[in-house]
Amino acid sequence: MAEIRLRDLVKVFPGQQTPAVDRVSLDIAEGEFMVLLGPSGCGKTTMLRMVAGLELPGSGQVVIGDRDVTYLPPRDRNLSMVFQSYAVFPHRRVRENIGFGLAMRDVPKSEIERKVTWAAELLQLTDYLDRYPAQLSGGQRQRVAVARAIVVDADVLLMDEPLSNLDALLRLGFRAELKKLVGELGTTTLYVTHDQVEALSLGDRVAVMRDGVLQQVAPPLDVYNTPVNEFVGGFIGSPPMNFLTGTVHNGHVDLGGASLTAPKALRSFTGRQVRLGVRAEAVRLVGESAPGAVPARVEVYEPLGSAALVTTTVAGQQMKVQAPATFRARPGETLWLDLPETRRRWFDPETALALET
Amino acid sequence: MTGDTVTRAPARTGAARPLPPVDRRPLRRLRLVRTAQHLVAILITLFMAAPIYLITLAAFSSRAELNRFPKAVWPRDVSIDTLRAFLLSPGTGVLPALVNSLSVGIGTLVVSLLIGAPAGYAVARYGFRGRDAYQLFLLLTRSLPVVVLAIPLASFFLNAGLYDTTYAVVLVHSVLALPTTVLITASVFVAVPVDLEEAALVFGCTRFGAFRQVVLPMALPGVAASSIFTFVLSWNEILAAAVLTLEVRTLPAQVLVSLSESPLRYQFAGGFVLVLPALLFILLMRRYLLNMWGSTIR
Amino acid sequence: MPRRTVAPYLLLAPSAVFLLMLFGWPVVSGVLQAFGYGSTLGFTSSYWQRMADDPRFWESVRNTLLLILVLLPVQFCLAIGMALLLRARLRFSGGYFYLWAVPLAVSDLAAGLVWLSIFTDRGYLNSMLAWFGADGVDWLNYQSPTRMLLAVVLAELWRSTSLVLVIVVSGMQLLPRDYDEAAQVLGATPWQRLRHVTLPLLKPSLQVALILRTILAFQAFAVAQALTGRQFPLLIGETYEWYVNLSDPNVASAVAVVVLAISMVTAVIYLRTLRSPEAEARR
Repeated sequence: MAEIRLRDLVKVFPGQQTPAVDRVSLDIAEGEFMVLLGPSGCGKTTMLRMVAGLELPGSGQVVIGDRDVTYLPPRDRNLSMVFQSYAVFPHRRVRENIGFGLAMRDVPKSEIERKVTWAAELLQLTDYLDRYPAQLSGGQRQRVAVARAIVVDADVLLMDEPLSNLDALLRLGFRAELKKLVGELGTTTLYVTHDQVEALSLGDRVAVMRDGVLQQVAPPLDVYNTPVNEFVGGFIGSPPMNFLTGTVHNGHVDLGGASLTAPKALRSFTGRQVRLGVRAEAVRLVGESAPGAVPARVEVYEPLGSAALVTTTVAGQQMKVQAPATFRARPGETLWLDLPETRRRWFDPETALALET
Repeated sequence: MTGDTVTRAPARTGAARPLPPVDRRPLRRLRLVRTAQHLVAILITLFMAAPIYLITLAAFSSRAELNRFPKAVWPRDVSIDTLRAFLLSPGTGVLPALVNSLSVGIGTLVVSLLIGAPAGYAVARYGFRGRDAYQLFLLLTRSLPVVVLAIPLASFFLNAGLYDTTYAVVLVHSVLALPTTVLITASVFVAVPVDLEEAALVFGCTRFGAFRQVVLPMALPGVAASSIFTFVLSWNEILAAAVLTLEVRTLPAQVLVSLSESPLRYQFAGGFVLVLPALLFILLMRRYLLNMWGSTIR
Repeated sequence: MPRRTVAPYLLLAPSAVFLLMLFGWPVVSGVLQAFGYGSTLGFTSSYWQRMADDPRFWESVRNTLLLILVLLPVQFCLAIGMALLLRARLRFSGGYFYLWAVPLAVSDLAAGLVWLSIFTDRGYLNSMLAWFGADGVDWLNYQSPTRMLLAVVLAELWRSTSLVLVIVVSGMQLLPRDYDEAAQVLGATPWQRLRHVTLPLLKPSLQVALILRTILAFQAFAVAQALTGRQFPLLIGETYEWYVNLSDPNVASAVAVVVLAISMVTAVIYLRTLRSPEAEARR
């Protein structure tokens, strides 16, 4: 168990103009489960590989515990890793796969035996110990990869999108298992994913990355409710946050079809445009006469089973609304929406940064 | 857009501890390993390239230089006399042998492509009964020694009146080249998506028309590589050529047969002439060298 | 996709006929010829006797086996080392690969002649030794079978390692790098990674390379003729001798059948010993 401290890490791949990782610093506390979240190509996997030692940074520092490990080979860093493709050795039985890390470090056989049995039990692999990976399903191979990683008892556990190759149902089930398992072990974990649901569910904190730069590092609910910029707001949450453009006129924001009271902080924006962010499930359906009701025209109605997703247009701008499953609407109908003040987020249209209100 | 954000952990660990200095020793170790790798690579390259350089040197040395001892490893007394004598004097029979090698090579190329490419297409596109048996048969033919064929065939050609002709050699070389041709062209055709062919059929082409207009252009580079491979095989083949011919020898057969009688300098010249095309062949084929073996393995 | 048409058989027919006629029949005929078919003596074992009575035959068997036993292990280690170097992506790797692959297109006769210029009494090797003040060595001395073997091994090492290299490199390229990286993170040293991950996963390629190389190694003969004349007999060289110089096609066939038999036996041995347990388990 150790804390990880990353300082000003830079990685530029040969032949590329822009850095894959652009002066990123991050601290991960002992025992913390940190999720690196972002779209493909944002640099999150490169970050993970630099922590692992599979890539060396162009500049910057990686510190694990009290040791600088920036340029150390992976085997000297005392960490373990679960790969996206599992990388379970096909020519070794499950038993030997799980014990591989221990065998490489010359741990006595009896000790290996004991630890492998323990890990296998934790991941329900006891019946498969003498099989070859080719005889296992994808989900089982995934478990072997995880067992192999935890049995080594490393300071740091790294995971590179371990669930993305599983089908949706398996993913859901294993996600919960993984959370419980890692929680019990208490190892410092760095987890990379592009799936924001995974990030919110698993992480103690979520670090959102884009184009090699960290956007926001905060606990899941903070990233969800108070995104620091439009990108984070739009990336997290399904459906993504709605964004509307409006103009500020003496204490009101004019959305083109409705008007909302503007908070005091927006006074400096008088005469200028401002962006409003509000989540689909925060929007409430009200009657026409309700104060501050905003008219919306129904474009698409999607019954999702547990809820209904209604795509509407508010003054020519798209707004998705999550309604109760029993709600019905038809394209062309007009709905009246209430956007609660506490759930409104304001953004500067030029910088896309959230405005403090 | 946020610049670099220093995002520190919540302060549960107490006062922030100072960072240790960056440890550059592993970097130095890596550089050492890299240098060692470069050195070994250069040494191996010297081992591979030096003999080619030396035989070229020997072939271009004058007769006097070749008699001198110790020889210089740099071009001291350059002359094309040795090569000229080797190639052009009628006594050596080298020039006609060169021509024979060329015609046999081209002949083998044509025959094995004509017979092998259709078979390769069949293996690639159709899953017919006996496909595995056929492929096994091909692998078998590839792994058998030439000599087992050459001697009985020599007797056969004698009776058929084909003995000591380039046709005989072309036939035997084609037997050697055919399995590889079929397997390589099969993998080349497999790489062309069936959808394209089927689209052509839907838009009105005949089966052969679709092949000619869609598959052939895409398969051409791979087929070209297969052709070069066949040519090289035929060019370098010694035993069958030596056994099956007396007058119309190919170059390697000619050199082999005259080994005991020819002076050293002619042997050097012969070595050079045999090696030179290799430099060209590999230059042409180098992109396909790796793909070929991957495909012919299974 | 399976189609019940006659087209594939039509496309296949020429090659099948061609091979059956020019390969299937000669092999059968060759074996029969070894037993005297077509000769003046009729069906007999006397040609085998003649072959076994010739001391040069046993010498050639010994030489051929020695050549293979010395050459192949060295060659495979060298080729694997070269492949690992190429995988390390040094600068000029493309150039290295080209030069290391050139001998693929060189025949064993040419290789023999090339190394003749080096090994001959007044050749380049002795010249370089002389520059350093050392005495020249009689490398191709027919009275020293060890030195002749060494010369032939070196020439063949230079020529035929390229084949193994190319097969190993293409096999390595197909290996996902995840396995090696996982081993790195799990604490394996480079040597451990080679032993426990890379080499086991390369087994199919190594198997192909071994079988091909061994069969081809049995067929080497011109290299020895170029370097040593007739002083270092090899099996196929004896076939050539019997057929061309002694005009005895039946004994020549007998020797050829011996080569055929040994090739097949070694191929089967390789297939048996290099079988992968995990491939078995899949059935």
